Amino acid sequence: MNPFEISRREIDLVAFRKRLLDRSCGAYVQFDGWVRDHNEGQQVLRLEYEVYEPLAEREGQKIIEEAIQQFGVSRARAIHRGGLLELSDVAVVVGVSSAHRGEAFDACRYIIDQAKIRLPIWKKEYYANGTAEWVNCQRCSEAGHAHGVVTARAQQ
Amino acid sequence: MKLTVRYFAAFRELTGVEMETLDTDASSPSDLFNECAARHTGLQKFTSSMVAVNDEMASWDSALSDGDEVLFFPPVAGG
Repeated sequence: MNPFEISRREIDLVAFRKRLLDRSCGAYVQFDGWVRDHNEGQQVLRLEYEVYEPLAEREGQKIIEEAIQQFGVSRARAIHRGGLLELSDVAVVVGVSSAHRGEAFDACRYIIDQAKIRLPIWKKEYYANGTAEWVNCQRCSEAGHAHGVVTARAQQ
Repeated sequence: MKLTVRYFAAFRELTGVEMETLDTDASSPSDLFNECAARHTGLQKFTSSMVAVNDEMASWDSALSDGDEVLFFPPVAGG
């Protein structure tokens, strides 16, 4: 089973953790990413993840394999949500078990940091003022990205 | 040669197109993107945009062949 999954439904955190249990491990580190109610001064109501699944799952698997190899941890896996999410929903979960805690923290951090920059996943935030925007546009705006166009179409 | 282009997220909304087939002489994803940007007002490549060819991440200057499917990804934002 792919250690990196995309899920369209709420993540079962108990089942997630269970699959990382290992008697040779004394440490387990888990990172949960939650949907936050604000971003860059805007009040966020909900968000939507668009995921290109074939590539996201394959690239995600590579990231997990790299972490296991680089940090020597015993087990690692992650699940990322796709679709519509409400505030405080778990958007992503990363779990790592290892003999000792140091490498478990490092591997967990590596996986979430790489996931954010390498996976074909896009986040659209819906704001209290009725608009919606694709996130990451601080970089887009440097390139003169026309936000109004995106916003207008998002409202259709 | 004939290439299929797919747009994702902000790119899809900017072009209003999910997928299109082009008859083109573009030799690289970079050339192809410029061609697409000329067809679709507002479409532009951001510094952290990525490209995949036939479901494999690719570089902007890689070679394209007839029948390839080229995927244009705007800056990603997982997590």
